[in-house]
Order: sequence, then structure tokens, then C-alpha cells
Amino acid sequence: MIERIEELKSAGEADVAAADTTDALEQARVRWLGRRAELPNLLRGVAQLPPEQRGPVGRAANEARKALEALIDARNAELAAAELDAQLVADRVDVTLPGAPLPPAGGLHLLTQTRREIEDVFVGMGFTVAEGPEVERVYYNFDALNHDAAHPARLKSDTFYVADDVVLRTHTSPMQVRAMEQQPPPIFLIVPGRVYRRDSDATHTPQFHQIEGLAVDEDITLADLKGTLLQFAQAIFGDERQVRLRPHFFPFTEPSVEVDVSCFKCDGTGHLRDGSRCGLCKGTGWIEILGAGMVDPNVFSHVREHGYDPEKIQGFAFGMGVERIAFLKHGVSDLRLFYDNDLRFLRQF
Amino acid sequence: MKVPLSWLHEHCHPDLSAPELARRLALTGTEVERIAHHGVPSPDNFVVAKVLAAEQHPDADRLRVTQLDVGEDEPLQVVCGAPNARAGITVALARPGARLPDGTKLKKAKLRGVVSNGMILGESEIDLGVDHSGIMELDGDLIAGTPLANVLPLETDVLELEITPNRPDCLGVYGVAREVHAATGAPLGPAPWEQDPGTAGPLDGISVTVETDRCPRFTARIFEDVRIGPSPEWLKARLMAAGQRPISNVVDITNYVMLLCGQPLHAFDLDRVAGGALTVRDGRDGDVLETLDGETRRLDPDMVVICDADGPTSLAGVMGGARSEVHDGTTRVLLESATWDGPNIQRTSTRLGLRSEASGRFEKGLAPEQTVEALAVATRLLVELCGATVREGTLDVAGPSGWDATHQTIRLRDARVPALLGAEIPRARSAEILTALGFGVADAADGLDVTVPHFRRNDVTREADLIEEVARIDGVDKLPATLPLRRGAAGRLTPSQLLRRTAADTLAGAGLHEVIGWSWSAPDLADRLRLPANDPLRGAIAVDNPMSAEHGLLRTTLLGGLLDVARRNVTHGVADVAIFESGAVFLPSDDELPREPHMLGALLTGAVRRPTWTESQPPQADFFAAKGVLAHLLDTLRVTWRVEPGAEPFLHPGRSAQVLVSPAGGGDEVVVGWLGELHPSVAADWDLERTALFMLDLDVVIAAVPGPAVYADYTSFPEVRQDLAVVLDDTVPAAEVVRVVRDAGGPLLADVEVFDVYRGAQVGDGKVSLALRLAFRSPERTLTDEEVAQRRGAIEEALSGLGGSLRA
Repeated sequence: MIERIEELKSAGEADVAAADTTDALEQARVRWLGRRAELPNLLRGVAQLPPEQRGPVGRAANEARKALEALIDARNAELAAAELDAQLVADRVDVTLPGAPLPPAGGLHLLTQTRREIEDVFVGMGFTVAEGPEVERVYYNFDALNHDAAHPARLKSDTFYVADDVVLRTHTSPMQVRAMEQQPPPIFLIVPGRVYRRDSDATHTPQFHQIEGLAVDEDITLADLKGTLLQFAQAIFGDERQVRLRPHFFPFTEPSVEVDVSCFKCDGTGHLRDGSRCGLCKGTGWIEILGAGMVDPNVFSHVREHGYDPEKIQGFAFGMGVERIAFLKHGVSDLRLFYDNDLRFLRQF
Repeated sequence: MKVPLSWLHEHCHPDLSAPELARRLALTGTEVERIAHHGVPSPDNFVVAKVLAAEQHPDADRLRVTQLDVGEDEPLQVVCGAPNARAGITVALARPGARLPDGTKLKKAKLRGVVSNGMILGESEIDLGVDHSGIMELDGDLIAGTPLANVLPLETDVLELEITPNRPDCLGVYGVAREVHAATGAPLGPAPWEQDPGTAGPLDGISVTVETDRCPRFTARIFEDVRIGPSPEWLKARLMAAGQRPISNVVDITNYVMLLCGQPLHAFDLDRVAGGALTVRDGRDGDVLETLDGETRRLDPDMVVICDADGPTSLAGVMGGARSEVHDGTTRVLLESATWDGPNIQRTSTRLGLRSEASGRFEKGLAPEQTVEALAVATRLLVELCGATVREGTLDVAGPSGWDATHQTIRLRDARVPALLGAEIPRARSAEILTALGFGVADAADGLDVTVPHFRRNDVTREADLIEEVARIDGVDKLPATLPLRRGAAGRLTPSQLLRRTAADTLAGAGLHEVIGWSWSAPDLADRLRLPANDPLRGAIAVDNPMSAEHGLLRTTLLGGLLDVARRNVTHGVADVAIFESGAVFLPSDDELPREPHMLGALLTGAVRRPTWTESQPPQADFFAAKGVLAHLLDTLRVTWRVEPGAEPFLHPGRSAQVLVSPAGGGDEVVVGWLGELHPSVAADWDLERTALFMLDLDVVIAAVPGPAVYADYTSFPEVRQDLAVVLDDTVPAAEVVRVVRDAGGPLLADVEVFDVYRGAQVGDGKVSLALRLAFRSPERTLTDEEVAQRRGAIEEALSGLGGSLRA
């Protein structure tokens, strides 16, 4: 009997080892351990054996069964893993196909991005943001800004009129006086907005955007203007930038200056690495970015009763073109591109 | 203003190269647009030569073969085509190796077989003049072989200056020299008008009456025995370098004096002044004048004319008249030097489209004192160069109100300089700078008393102006960079500025690109949008002077711009367009200024997504695509909103809605805009396929944004979700169904959403089946089945009231 058990065990082990699929293994299991198989039946028949054989035979049969079961489980795990691998390999995709896209990205117009960037720099320096009407009284656009009656900017060749004393504002500066009428000093504000001049070529569009700045208190100086604009220039064009003031003339500031920033293409050297002349700054190392100055006493005289006595308060004002900043920073070749709104342009920024 | 450096150096000669001087001027307020070069590139190989012999060229009728003495042992053979080439004259020679103004390098050449060792020069060949009828004949005393540069002004650098409108004193070389003197410290030569061969006092032979205040001062002198002819080479060369074409000695002198002193002059042929008297008066309708350029000008009362007995003979300050022009036979000259009202000259030249060197100076407002300065210089030159004799006396007439001869004295307080600039400038330095600029300076207790010279009278009137003068010459580039103390400066964006940013960011995040359109629209836009006659959008404000008719009106809607941008992109092959604009429109109001509401408009056309291998035909943008974007926007802003069927004339009548929002503080809903698909006819007019849009008054939307969101409990008690399908007449709007369900569901109905819509055979013609997802929830307890069943029963009953029947 014991010998038969050993035979069954050996034959079963050989059969299990030979099974090469999980299906074949299952058939082997039924063959050797199933309901009708010999080994389980031997175990079931142990009770009929003479008492002295029951122990050894039962033990041997049980061990043989357990050994076979363990062998089958191990073999099954082995075969199942191999079969899963094979199945997954068959389930491959072409990983080089494009991914499922998100909805196409939209974006803000480059002028809006630039305007916000500038706004945020000045908000960080304590300026508030004000907006004013684009259709403006001649009083605020010219008179209160010390433009004499014959100033050429008033001509219909330069400025859009909708009535004798109403224009499309030619700069954001009218908000200087409007804001001072509404708020006593100290005042720190910027005015972003759309402005209009009768000009159209590669570097002028009849509508464009400016950001006005105004800081008025008892002791604001021209050096404070320089420091404020240095912070601005470094924030927008890079920490290495310097600014330079050059005297100029504007009717509503005195002294008036133009402000240059050191060229960010050639690092202010005027020439590129290959020794050629820098085209951006035309070899000067400096790029003009805006006009500025100390608010002219005549401007304050229009708001004297609102707390702006030119003997007691003073301040600076500046005005920059948003297009010009964006144009310089992003190398846009023609200002008119900003208003063509070609998506092939807009998507680049 | 073109300033030849060689001319400038006669009055002020700093030891600086042209680029160094340009940089110094730029940093003191005179921008240098360009440094040009006038004349030949280099004086090398240009010499004085004497013609020893000139013989006919054997093979060319027009050429002569000359033998030249150039100061060497052997004569030099040069072939020359000029008719005046002859033995005995002294000429200017360019030898091989010399380079002409255009850069050409001369070589030894053979002309029709005869060797030529250079070129005998005419004045036009080296930009000394414009005469090209022959070669120059130089002074016979000159020694052969002398470098030509010792004899003629062969070349100079030229600074092209941008003179700001407040500085007409710099529209003359001497004024620029004064500026250079102040900026560099180089000494300034004496004023060119210090020596005057003429005299003051009454002048016989002409009488002038000034009837208008637009002529504050009119001065004149008379010259006799004038011989008209060409100017000397030095004078022509200077005019050429300064950009003026030489004409004849008298005219050249008037131009030269203008370029030097900044004061334009006008020469009359005195024998052509009818009646021996001039009247300066305002123009009259009907006045006609032929100006020097041969044009006939119609004058009006806003122009000033100079008349003689036969009527207008000169357009004051702008251009002389043809009738009294100086000509080859002129022998008696009346030289006018006058001051005119700047704004009036500017209006006149603008209206006539006639800008001249004279009007460009007068329009900036010249000082009356400059008139006699210019007369002095011109007198000296006319006597020297035209053989003229100057008649005793100077005519000097003021306008009816006279002219301002005052010299204002302004106190420059020591303390004010650092207070305004943020840096000290010592009083002595200020005095030095102001003196160099021509101001009178005297010490005062707390600063300087500064007297303004006549040539700065209009520009410098206040202490701030003096501080600017001191600062710009001392150098504003030297100022330190400091920050304001910022008392009371607290920077922030306002809530509505932040919400405007959020709105734009939300649309950009939803895949739309922001565009910026023009603020103008075309007059035919309203018709193209099918707007009825009484539509408020038709009330556009007209621009008096638009750039083009297409930009003739101020926009009343962003729609035209969005459609134009969409069309341009589609035309350029970008078929799928998703764009928005955020900006002002202009609506007439009762006020002097229009209302400028800030609008937000969006447009979608083409596929909503790009096709991919998983989705080769993505859906096209339609009403619901636009509504999805609108919902995303308004929900992000947390505005309570809904839409109702609408009827915008430019929209598809079956796919047009108005958008309503509930004010944050309660109150009636307000219409804030519209949503829809473009009417196919309108779309076709812009070459567009199906196009969906919405337009919102962003100011009103932002006003409806509620305050901070308040936390509401969402976790404690479970939600009961149920679906419900109802069949209704197709005319019942889904929004109405949702409203009825909400009302019937009461507070326990937390949410209701339409998740499916079905039309077809199973529900019958004219019917629609809506599937609703209901969510019941209580913040206070777990709902019982009975409570939910009761609410659902109420909902079903309400739906029956709408004519609906429940589907199993």
C-alpha cells in the first residue's frame, strides 16, 4: 500500500511538472486529486484497513496529497504569471501616438500681460490703479496739462475730435488732474488705458496703450522718480538693468526728462558678442522707454483748492507706452501686429 | 536742425569728437538724431592746380586734354570736359586715390585713349554747391600743390539736432554754440551781431504801417548798388552742409543769417514795392497772393499779409510773394526782419500746407530783439559780398499794442534746488551754469536773483524752470536713485479690477484668446448687423477727423471687432476661432462725455477641440458651446444668473437668449447681455460658418458678484439622489421645468440638473423627454424615505401641472 502511494506521488509530480498551461494544470489536479482520483480514495478508504496499517498508510497518503497540492499551487502561480505577461504584451498600444489633448489653451493678449506685469510692479510700490474716460474734455487733456492754446498736439491733424472741446484722449495724463480733484495729497497712482493719436506706421498705431504714473507729497524729488523707475526697469527688464535720465521738454512737467534703460540685448555695451553693433539700442547701450518729470506748478494750480499748493507739495509724473515695452521685450517687429489679432501671433505669448 | 561742426566751431570749439559732443548734448537736453558727414570722406589727394595748357582731345569734341602744374617737377595730364577749362586758370584737382562724396575712389584712367591723372572739379562734384555748368575757378594767387582743404571747406561732420519746441533759440548755430558752451565749458565767441555797419534812427525811402498785433515788431533796412550773383564758395558750402540749396548771394545771405541767428529774413526788390509803402494787416476774404514757389494762395482773415499799393505782396512769416521777389536785375533791396505771432503762423502754414524754414521758426515764438540782431549780421554780409551800400537808418515799427521788452528776474532759492531734485547743486555752480546760458545772475540772501535773457523769455518764467536749467546742465544722469517715503501710499487693485482680471483669466483658461480691437467702427456696421432704426446701438458718436471712413464712429458694441477678427483669422486658414475682448464701448449720454461701459464679448466658431486620432471630427461650436463658456465664467464669478429666450436682430431667431443676473444685494434681475448663434445671413456677410457668441456688460456683472462665499455644511448628513424623466410639450423651456421642480421640491431639494434630452418616436411629435437628477439633503438630519417620497410626490404633481407625464 505504502509503495502504491509513493508511485502515485511520483507519477502525479511528473504530470504536474509537465503541465504547461493553467488549463493543463487544472486537468492534472483533477486527475490526481479530484473526486475520482486514486489518492483521495485511498485516504477515504483508510478506515477499512486493519488498525495497524491505518496509521502509516493514512499518514503517507496525506503527506503525498499535501505535497501534490503544494506543487500544483506553486506551478499554478508560475504559469498564471507567465500567461498574464503574455496577455499584457498582446494588449500593447503605440506609445508614440499623440496623447489625448486638453482643450486648446487660450491666453491673454500680450498687451494685457504686459499691462498687468507693470501694474503689479507699481502696486507693489504702493501705487493704486485708476482708470479714466477715453473720450475726454479738452480741459483735462490739454488745458489743465499746461498745453498752450497753440500747442501742435491740439491740431486736428494730430488729435481725434468728437466735438469742439471733446477729444479722444491723447495720453493717460488727464487722469492726473481728475485724480487730484478727487483725492488730496499724498497720492500715488498709475493709470493704465487706451489712448489715441492720428498716426499710423510700423511704429505708430492710431490707438495704443499708456500707463501714467503720479506721485505727489510734500517731498517727492526727481531722484525719487529715478529710484522708482529703476525698480520698475529691473522688475520688467531684469535685475542688472540701470536707468538714465536725459533732460527733455514736456508741457506738464518741469524739469522734464526722458528715461533710458540700459540695453538688455547687449547688456548696455552697445555691441553684441560677435562684436557687431547692437541693433536694439543702435550701439548706444541705452533704450528710451518713457517720458517723465516733476509735475509742473501750472498743473497744480488747477487743483490748488483740492490741497495742491505748488509751494507746499511736489511730485513726479511719468507716462510709458505699453506697446513700446512689449515691443522691446518681445522683439515684435511691427506695432500693427498687436491689432491684427492674428491667432498665429497671439498664441506665441 | 542741421549744425555743421565746422560752422559751430567758429563760435564754440570744445575739444570733443562729434560722438562725444553728441552724447554730451543728449545728456543736457539736446537730442542728436544723427551725426552725418557732408562733403568728401577725406581731404587726401585734393590739391590746388594751375592749368598750363588745354588742348582739344583728338577723338572727342567735348573733351580737352590739360597739362596741370601741381607743384611737382613734371606737369600732370588730366582730361576735362568742362567748357571753361582753359590755360591760365587756377583749379581744384582730385588726384587718383581721392574719394568723392558718394565714396567713389578716383583712378588713373584713359578717356578715349588719352591718359587722365584725375579730375578737375566743379563745385557740385564735391557738394560745395549745385552749379554743374563747369569747373571751379579759384583765386589765381593760390600756389599750385596747396592742399585743397586749406582753401575750401571740403568736409565737415554735421549734427542733426532735435530741438524741443520750447527752445527756438537753438534754431540758430549761435544759439547751439551757447548751449555747447554751457554744456562743455568751451569758450563762446562774441555774438555775430556785435559789429553792425548799419545805423539806428529813421529810414527814408519806405514807410511801413503795422495794423495787426500779430506783428509785434517789424524792422527793415534798405540796400543799394546791390550786385546779384553767386555766393562765394565758403558760404555755399555752409548752406549746403546745413541742408539749404544756394540760390543767389542776397537770398543765400538771408538764409545764412537765419541759420546763424535763428531769425528769418525776407528780401524784397524795393523797385517792385508799389507805392514805396508797406502795410502789415490781417488777410481779407478775397485776398490772393502768388508765393515764391509759384502757387496762388487764397488768404483769409486768420492770416497776416504784407501789402503794397497793388495789394498783398508777401505772406507774413511763411513765404514771400513772387511779385516782389529778388531777381538777377535787382539793385535795391528792402530787407525785412520781423516778429510774428507764433500760433498764427502755425495755423497759417498748416492751413495752406506750406511749411518753410521761416514758419518753423516763427511758429515757436521768437523774441522781438532778434530782429535787429539778424539785420546787423545781414548788413555786414550784404556789404561784403554784394557790394551793397546800406542806407542810413533802420525802420523799426511795433504793432498796435507794442511788444514786451521786459526781462523778468526770478529768485532761485538755494533750498529749493535739493528739495526738488533730491541732490545738492552749490549756488556757485548754479550761477556758473546760468551765466553760461546767457542769464544775468546776482546774489540774494537765500539764493540767486536770475534775470532771463530775451531769447529765453517765453520758456523760463518760474523758479522751477531755473532749477531745470541748472539740473540739466549739471547732469540729471548723476542724480541718486532713491525711493519716496510713501506716506499714505498703500497699493492695491480694487475689487472690480481684480474681478475683471478673474473674468479674463477664466476665459483664457477656458481656451479663448483675448483680442484687442479698434475703438472705432464703420458706419455700415449697424446695417450689416440688421439693427432696427431705433436700436440704441445705432447712436454711435462720430469722430470729426477719423483716419478713414471705416473708423468713422466710436464703437457701441464689441461685436463688429470680434467678427472682423474672426473673419481675418478664418481667411488666413485658422478655421477654429475662440476669442474674447474686454473693453470700453461708447454710448451717448446726457452728459458732455459719453458713457463708457466696460463690455466683455466672446466668439466661437469652428471645432471646439482639435481633431485627434481618438476623435477625428470634434463637435462644432454652437449655442451650447458658448453657453458652456458663459456658465463657466459666471459660475466662477459666483454670479446668480439665468437665460431666457431673446431676440437680438443679428442672432439666429431660434437660438438667441438674453442673460440675466440677480443683484448681489437682492432686487430685480437685470439683463446684462445676450447669448446666441449668429444669424446665418450675418455670418455669411463675414464669411463665417456657424458662429456662437455672448456679450456682457461687465460692469453690471461685477456689481452682481456677491461678497465672500460663506461656508455651508456639506458632510454631516447623507444625500438622497433620484432620477426622474418627464415628457412635456416641446415648447416648455427646460429652465421653466427646473424652476417648477425647485419650487415644488422646497428647501430639502438641494440640487436639480437636466442630464438628458430626448425627442423622437418614443415620446411622440411635439414632445420632449427631459431626464432630471434630483438631490435631496438636509443640513440638520438624515432624511427619511417618507420625507423624500413626499417631496418627490409634490414635484411630480407640479410637473403634471405643466402638462408633463412621468416616464417609467
